[in-house]
Amino acid sequence: MNGLVLGIDLGSRTTKMVTLDGERVESFRIFDTDHDPMRKVRQAMEGLKFEAVTATGYGRHLLKVEFADGVVSEIKACARGAAFVRPACTTVVDIGGQDCKAIRVAPDGDFDDFEMNDRCAAGTGRFMEVMARALGWEIEQFWREALAADAAAPISSMCTVFAESEVVSLVTSGGDRRRIALGLHHAIVARLESLISRVEPEGEMLLVGGGAKNGCIVGLLGERLGIRVFVPENPQIVPAIGAALIAAESARGKEGDS
Amino acid sequence: MTEYEEMWQGLGLDVERHRALAEHTAAQFREQVLWQENRPRAMGYFDEVIHRAHSGRVCEIIAHKEAGGKFIGTFCVYVPEEIALALGVLPLALCGGTAFSVPYAERVFPRDMCPLVKSTLGLAFSKTCPYAPLEDMSVGETTCDAKKKTWDVLAERADFHVMEVPQKKSPRDAALWYEEVLAFKERLEDLTGKRLEADSLSQAVRLLNRRRRGLARLHSFRNLAAPPLSGLDTLVVTQAAFTDDAERFAVSLERLNEDLEERVARGVSVGREGAKRIMITGCPSVAGNWKLHHLLESSGALVVCDETCTGTRYFENLVPEADGDLEAQLRAIADRYLKTECACFSPNDERIESVLRLAEEYRVAGAVQYVLQYCHGYNLEAIRVASALKQKGIPSLKIETDYSQEDTGQLRTRIEAFLEML
Repeated sequence: MNGLVLGIDLGSRTTKMVTLDGERVESFRIFDTDHDPMRKVRQAMEGLKFEAVTATGYGRHLLKVEFADGVVSEIKACARGAAFVRPACTTVVDIGGQDCKAIRVAPDGDFDDFEMNDRCAAGTGRFMEVMARALGWEIEQFWREALAADAAAPISSMCTVFAESEVVSLVTSGGDRRRIALGLHHAIVARLESLISRVEPEGEMLLVGGGAKNGCIVGLLGERLGIRVFVPENPQIVPAIGAALIAAESARGKEGDS
Repeated sequence: MTEYEEMWQGLGLDVERHRALAEHTAAQFREQVLWQENRPRAMGYFDEVIHRAHSGRVCEIIAHKEAGGKFIGTFCVYVPEEIALALGVLPLALCGGTAFSVPYAERVFPRDMCPLVKSTLGLAFSKTCPYAPLEDMSVGETTCDAKKKTWDVLAERADFHVMEVPQKKSPRDAALWYEEVLAFKERLEDLTGKRLEADSLSQAVRLLNRRRRGLARLHSFRNLAAPPLSGLDTLVVTQAAFTDDAERFAVSLERLNEDLEERVARGVSVGREGAKRIMITGCPSVAGNWKLHHLLESSGALVVCDETCTGTRYFENLVPEADGDLEAQLRAIADRYLKTECACFSPNDERIESVLRLAEEYRVAGAVQYVLQYCHGYNLEAIRVASALKQKGIPSLKIETDYSQEDTGQLRTRIEAFLEML
């Protein structure tokens, strides 16, 4: 037994795997989730040695069939991971590929309230991808250009389908792309703010998930909420870290039983 | 062509499309209900009621009509069925619970209407509802805007009677409702050419009370620490009540209740020790819709109470059984139905009190507020319900969804997280 535990977060857009050695992230991997997610996970797991594995993310139940000792919701995994990477945070917001979650972290590292968008893709990573493409930019350039804008174009729609038409009509009527990009970021942040305010955030907030790599959102969100927003070094792997922590607990539980 | 297919063709249905609907419903039932282990044998009867709703049951309605009886379709637990039964009129709830028919309604109606109304309309529009051609009259009511305007559209193609359900609960509203009950009686008297008799009304009252007592007994088993029946199966039985012959249903239910009694005595339960006890409150789940109960119970919860129109609102409160005086009986019927705590009322404090009372009685760990997408009444009332529950220390989760399966991934995440949190 090498003491390593594994957390897998099979998300809608990317899959994240983290091996944990006690209190230290030993290694991590991030790869795109495709039409055959299990094949890629199998490849990534080849040669890995670990004592326990916990799965989270959209594909958690799929993983359970083949690999995982246990499954845990992304909400719980995210709360645990957040408390681990930033013990001071009391709220964690996860901007994922197709959903957003606001979670209130309890003092013991669990959670005591959460909000999640339902079927609507507004404010998610997917929304950002569609809008960046409508403006002819890659996702990173999209927020960098927004930061360089001198003003924000007003965007009224937050529906992915309607906002895309709105962007197209603004572009074709000669609107400034940077301003449109900033307007879209304002719209995303307004949406996030209403989701986040339902869990009554206070103190420090941790922003995780692929969306946390968007520097424009991080800045705007801090301004609007008036609280400190912290982004960890690898924001995408936080729920996978949480899953690995839960795997470690189950490994300890097994030892206790024997 | 099978015998039933010939019958459907005779009724003017699209037989091919109806076959697709039947396959869709059977698949949903298999995936969402029949996965359960250790179901009581007596459940077989109620599964059959659901399966035979469009076949055997329709034959019975045809026979009833051939013998001179009338048949009406209803859409709400506010319709006092006693009066219909007493006049030899067979009432049957026609609310749609299937996603299959929704696209047919969306060809005509806006998308942003509740799935129940769209499913119901879609069944009529797609020629897959065998009841529609048999109806002598439909009975609508004014419990929401979507329904009210739907009746206006349907009234152009069929005989339609709309009962005005008041929106407040003052004596003036009770007086209006009593007038509406009388108007319903008169309309049925015109339809049948008969006069409502006190004796037959009191018999009908007794019959429906017998059904209510059976359902109350069934639901009370869920109060035990280890219930002998799942929430899903309790829902299936309750759904069956809406289509089955009232007397046969009551007898079969009493048999099931005896079975459950025996299960309890032998210490047989649905298992799932340590399962979180959950209450569902809000919109109904009519036959064809097992989505929320399935998601909750396949995620390890136990649904122990339904404060919905396919739950407590359907069977709570009996009509006082008094022989003689017709007017007194009709007043008692009106009073009983007006106690139904629909979200169309303002204010609706009685419902909030009921939710809290049931949460305590059934010792629930959490409540799921079920909102059919675009049902503004229950969606908005959820705000007050959530805060009342919170004050009592009971966490709640609001699930707003339609009949499609496209959001089950996200819903499962939210439900699992909610159960982890409790």
